[in-house]
Amino acid sequence: MQPLLPEPSTRLSQQPVPRSVIFRERLIEAGLFFAAISSILITLGILGILLYESSDFFRNVSLGEFLTSTVWTPTFENPQFGILPLVAGTLVTTVVALLVALPVGTIVAVYLSEYAPFALREILKPMLELLSAVPTVVYGYFALLFVTPLLRQFLPGLEQFNMLSAGIIMGIMIIPYVSSLSEDAMRAVPMLLREGSYALGANRFTTAFRVVYPAALSGIGAAYILGISRAVGETMIVAIAAGGQPKFTLNPTEGAATITGYIVAVCQGDVEHGSTAYQAIFAAGLLLFVVTLLFNLAGYWLRKRFREAY
Amino acid sequence: MDDLNRLIARRRRQDLIFGAFGLVCTMLGIATLVILLVDLVMDGLPRLNWAFLTSANSIIDPEKAGILIPLVDSLLIMLVTAAAAVPLGVAAGVYLEEYARKNWLTTFIELNISNLAAVPSILYGLLSLGLLLYYLNLHQLGITGADQRWPLGPRGSLAAAGITLALLVLPIVIVATREALRSIPLTIREAAYALGATRWQVVWHHLLPYSSGGIATGIIIGLSRAIGETAPLVTIGAAGFWLVLPPSPIQSAPPFLSFAWLLEPFSAMPIQIFTWTQDARPEFRVNAAAAAVVLIVMTLSLNAVAIVLRYRLRRRINW
Repeated sequence: MQPLLPEPSTRLSQQPVPRSVIFRERLIEAGLFFAAISSILITLGILGILLYESSDFFRNVSLGEFLTSTVWTPTFENPQFGILPLVAGTLVTTVVALLVALPVGTIVAVYLSEYAPFALREILKPMLELLSAVPTVVYGYFALLFVTPLLRQFLPGLEQFNMLSAGIIMGIMIIPYVSSLSEDAMRAVPMLLREGSYALGANRFTTAFRVVYPAALSGIGAAYILGISRAVGETMIVAIAAGGQPKFTLNPTEGAATITGYIVAVCQGDVEHGSTAYQAIFAAGLLLFVVTLLFNLAGYWLRKRFREAY
Repeated sequence: MDDLNRLIARRRRQDLIFGAFGLVCTMLGIATLVILLVDLVMDGLPRLNWAFLTSANSIIDPEKAGILIPLVDSLLIMLVTAAAAVPLGVAAGVYLEEYARKNWLTTFIELNISNLAAVPSILYGLLSLGLLLYYLNLHQLGITGADQRWPLGPRGSLAAAGITLALLVLPIVIVATREALRSIPLTIREAAYALGATRWQVVWHHLLPYSSGGIATGIIIGLSRAIGETAPLVTIGAAGFWLVLPPSPIQSAPPFLSFAWLLEPFSAMPIQIFTWTQDARPEFRVNAAAAAVVLIVMTLSLNAVAIVLRYRLRRRINW
């Protein structure tokens, strides 16, 4: 929103504005501008440091090996640098999390937006949002020491460190991210559409899923994509509950390191600064940055579109 | 006629069933939260006492280990985070909402902030590891003599930890500031301009005071996120076991304020929980649970304050 500003030429008084006032205003504006620019500097800083350290890494390791080899052992005697095990770990935990978060998040959003009475929604929504306020390290503890023992009673083959419980808890943590944005999108759908649907004899269920949901789809898509981005970047839950050992597997009952989990595991171990193993965590970080950037951009674009729609 | 009635009844039933199902799904999330809290309190109950809060850590005796140092360190880190993120974030928010023209640069900054808000927190840790520790030398100086290095090089300091988390919460503060400013009607600005106020006077005397509640809510939400953040602190060498309190910021002799603590090595509440959770000895997991209860009480009460603030704000202000 841009406030209407009097142009200097339209001033009613004939006295000129003192130079000191103009100078002060300019100075303040410049200061504020630099504060706004700082956010770009942070992004450039992250990208710069990742590229800088990875460029050394890729001098020692070919991009082909990095992207296609299935063994990731940077700290071993004969190190191998195939990122695929970490990608597989990230993929499995993310898919498990999304299998929980997307259906539940969508139903919660539909319920809160179309069904729940006003008073109930005002209570439930903030309570649900507290889910995303719990520190992730605590979720990690809960996944490892509560959910895994619980699941083991049904799945005896479940390893102590496994991607399943990490993924489930991550999914529950993401529910409010998905549901809040989706609900906002659905509530932004004009009443007229709902009234039209009711006038044709539809019930709430049909109206919600055949009229409101499609109309809000781009906003809901943005919510889903931001949920995916969260799941890919989530660190502590997987570092604690899925273990830090890279393993090329798609079986969620086994333990494996994700990209994020591996970085944490390395930072606790003994890796020398400047070694290829040290640079490897930046190369892994670069991949993580690129992936989440793509999701974030897609989410931003979709959200903008749904804002413009109504 | 019967057919029609049956059709209507079926539709009603469908609504009823989905309504119940939706409520169950919503409660699923809330129930998990409750189970989590109950589980933590039950696990940590034996250690939840005053001594736990006020004693230093112990590597051999879990019953003597306490969280005094991580607790103090976490609070000091929050001090740095707030001191760095609040002025910068509010200033950026004011610029984007009140000053910026709509051009490619503004669009780019907006895009950038929305990306930053979703960048995995561990990447902020890598940024600090590479930049703050190695190029700006914000690592601890080894004044205390103990354990100055960790495998990745010089250990990060309280200042490095605070700044790392400040970068992380900056987008939250910026977005909250913008939303708070946007909710102030244009007429307020026009009235002030009509009386001859300059742009900065409008911001300083009118917009910031009126939006202070919304901005404060955003800051609290940001700090509650920062205080529970673990991953970026692990990457800059947080100490999982640390026995030394940083020197007090407030001194009895002039100049009364000391900044020596800024370059001390640090521990933090979430780091302590992480270390204890990973400890092979199950007795230490009791400590992890107890520390987690303390941390959750801190974050949830910060969130409760924010919710109450937001609720009261919405009721009181009717432009």
